[in-house]
Amino acid sequence: MSDSNFAFALVVGASSGIGEALARRLAADGTRVALVARREDELRRIMGEMNDAAGEERTIAVAHDVRAADEAPDLVQEIARRLGGLDLVIYAAGAMPAVAIDEYDTAKDREMLEVNLVGAVAWLNPVAERMARLGRGTIVGIGSVAGDRGRAPNPVYCTSKAGFHAYLEALRNRVAKLGVKVVTIKPGFVDTAMTRGKEGLFWVISADRAAEIILKKARRGVVTAYVPARWRIVMTIVRSIPSFIFSKLGF
Amino acid sequence: MTLKNRLEWVEGWGMAVGGAGYVFRPTDAGGVAEAIETARGKGLAIALRGAGCSYGDAAFRPESVVLDLSNLSRALAWDPETGTVDIEPGVSLAALWRLTIGDGWWPPVVTGTMEPTVGGMLAMNVHGKNNWPRGTLGEHCIEFDLTTANGESRTISQKNDADLFHDVIGSFGQFGIITRARLQMKKVHSGQVEVKAVSAPDLGAMLSLTDDAKDKWEYVVGWIDTFARGRNLGRGLLHFARHLEEGEDPDPAVSLDAEAQDLPANLFGVMPKSLMWHFLKPMTNRPGMRFVNFGKYLVGSTVGDEKVYRQPLAGFSFLLDYVPNWKNIYLPGGLIQHQSFVPAASAEQVFRDQLEICHEFGMPSFLAVLKRHRPDSFLMSHAVDGYSLALDFPVIRGQREKLWSMVRALAEPVVAAGGRFYPAKDAALPGDLYRSTFREGQLGRFAGIKATLDPDRILRSGLADRLIYED
Repeated sequence: MSDSNFAFALVVGASSGIGEALARRLAADGTRVALVARREDELRRIMGEMNDAAGEERTIAVAHDVRAADEAPDLVQEIARRLGGLDLVIYAAGAMPAVAIDEYDTAKDREMLEVNLVGAVAWLNPVAERMARLGRGTIVGIGSVAGDRGRAPNPVYCTSKAGFHAYLEALRNRVAKLGVKVVTIKPGFVDTAMTRGKEGLFWVISADRAAEIILKKARRGVVTAYVPARWRIVMTIVRSIPSFIFSKLGF
Repeated sequence: MTLKNRLEWVEGWGMAVGGAGYVFRPTDAGGVAEAIETARGKGLAIALRGAGCSYGDAAFRPESVVLDLSNLSRALAWDPETGTVDIEPGVSLAALWRLTIGDGWWPPVVTGTMEPTVGGMLAMNVHGKNNWPRGTLGEHCIEFDLTTANGESRTISQKNDADLFHDVIGSFGQFGIITRARLQMKKVHSGQVEVKAVSAPDLGAMLSLTDDAKDKWEYVVGWIDTFARGRNLGRGLLHFARHLEEGEDPDPAVSLDAEAQDLPANLFGVMPKSLMWHFLKPMTNRPGMRFVNFGKYLVGSTVGDEKVYRQPLAGFSFLLDYVPNWKNIYLPGGLIQHQSFVPAASAEQVFRDQLEICHEFGMPSFLAVLKRHRPDSFLMSHAVDGYSLALDFPVIRGQREKLWSMVRALAEPVVAAGGRFYPAKDAALPGDLYRSTFREGQLGRFAGIKATLDPDRILRSGLADRLIYED
């Protein structure tokens, strides 16, 4: 393992998309990785492939539904023990079900909040507490450019990501002085199961390319990174559009 | 206190390796028992820790209980007539010599720093600059109390169980917790030693001067200019020292006063020593250390050569304590040390190879120390009839893997020559090379004792996992 890399990483939401790509890249760099996701079969398949590629048992899998928030603190402790440490934790779990423009389904919205925000808080609170005690570690939250504005097509997805961004910022303001890095990642369009088949996408990058950029930012411990970087320019413009104009643009 | 609230970052002295540990700091036997019970209940291993002076991973294990015994630090009995002392494991070497020197007794074996605890020193069976005449610290231990991983306690002495005595000491805390030790101190007639400094133009001269001095002087230690190459390869300076005989010190009561031994608080009378490392840090790079090594040899081989002088015992013994926190010059990556013990007949070739290997890798050692040794009868002994060379290396970001590879390259000729290694200093040695230095049956005996005294392998350490336990 390169000493510029992480030794022990935990990826929540590792069975597909950006989370899976991150886990695969970390393991390929020599990191011992814990995969956490709901779908046990998928997890085991990915773990098997990663361990085969590494030629050793470098990856472990823990089946868990992030909506079971109470389980998170014990799992953090158990995973740290099984890995031998924990110096990078990535929360990549996310849900973005299709929502019609005239749909107001609280059950569907609640699920998005539970996966995208409550689950993140449940996992990252004990992680932050642990890392603050140790005075080291890196937390990465996979947010979204969607969290930068309230968009008509998916109000609660935007809300959950905006809330996640605010939580990560607050966490950073708590623990940065203690030696812990908190990195907010705001990906644009990434080719994953979540976005596949959706219309109007542009600048789509692969999950592997997104993972490569994200890990580079995590190693540097940046505060907020748009992935890819050109989204920063776009979103700076989008954020500066007054509401009365934004509401008429149909985003 | 909850287990979660005991979580701390614990690292080796060299700051290059570390991990999270659930730290217990008992002040009595009840506290030790609580740590054992907690670990057993939670299915955690226990790593023993004293002052944390081992360079690498000997005194911690990631995600395990770290049983820090440094608060078990009472001197239980001191007999100034016989020079025997009963102490708890957390008594530091500093506290030990301060306790006894006023009565004319000095620890028979001391390390280059006075910070280690006696428990840790026995666990690693440390040696000093007088390894040839005095052996290791374990040879001056009369008996000790051992609490095993199941909580039972027993007294083990050279008389009642010589085998187990020699098995436990030096087995890096894998068989039990030493909760009391009785040591035999060494009688001295002065708080000063007579020191002679000499220079040697190459490695061959360093070794022969060391060998010539081993029976004439109590202490023999050499420093090598690691940047010199060609015909100057291995050149360096040697310091020999002896205790003063009765009558040589005109006023022993003064020199044996503990306060007279204290190292100066300021350098040149003005600069607080605690600030010194900040001034040394800019020199801690290859050009800077090349200059420092060259300058030290130049001065030592000219104005300092053949110089004879007297020096307080503490000042001579604890050179590493002259600059507090000097290890910080190696931040942010820290440092590792590699100490090889090589039989006398092969030492020159092996050390020559090692110094060249460092240059081939482009990672010369920043500090190299040479000592003369003799074998001992401890199960996990590191000593041989020969010499040791201790090499310090900075851990530089981006070069860690290469450094670890170099340690393997440095160790291979040692193994081929029938040499050994010193776990107290190690952080990077591959387990296969370490294990190959033992005679047939030694590791089997270790495993057998472990299976008897700690069948659940509660007592572990990062070092033991890496060097001994293959699973």
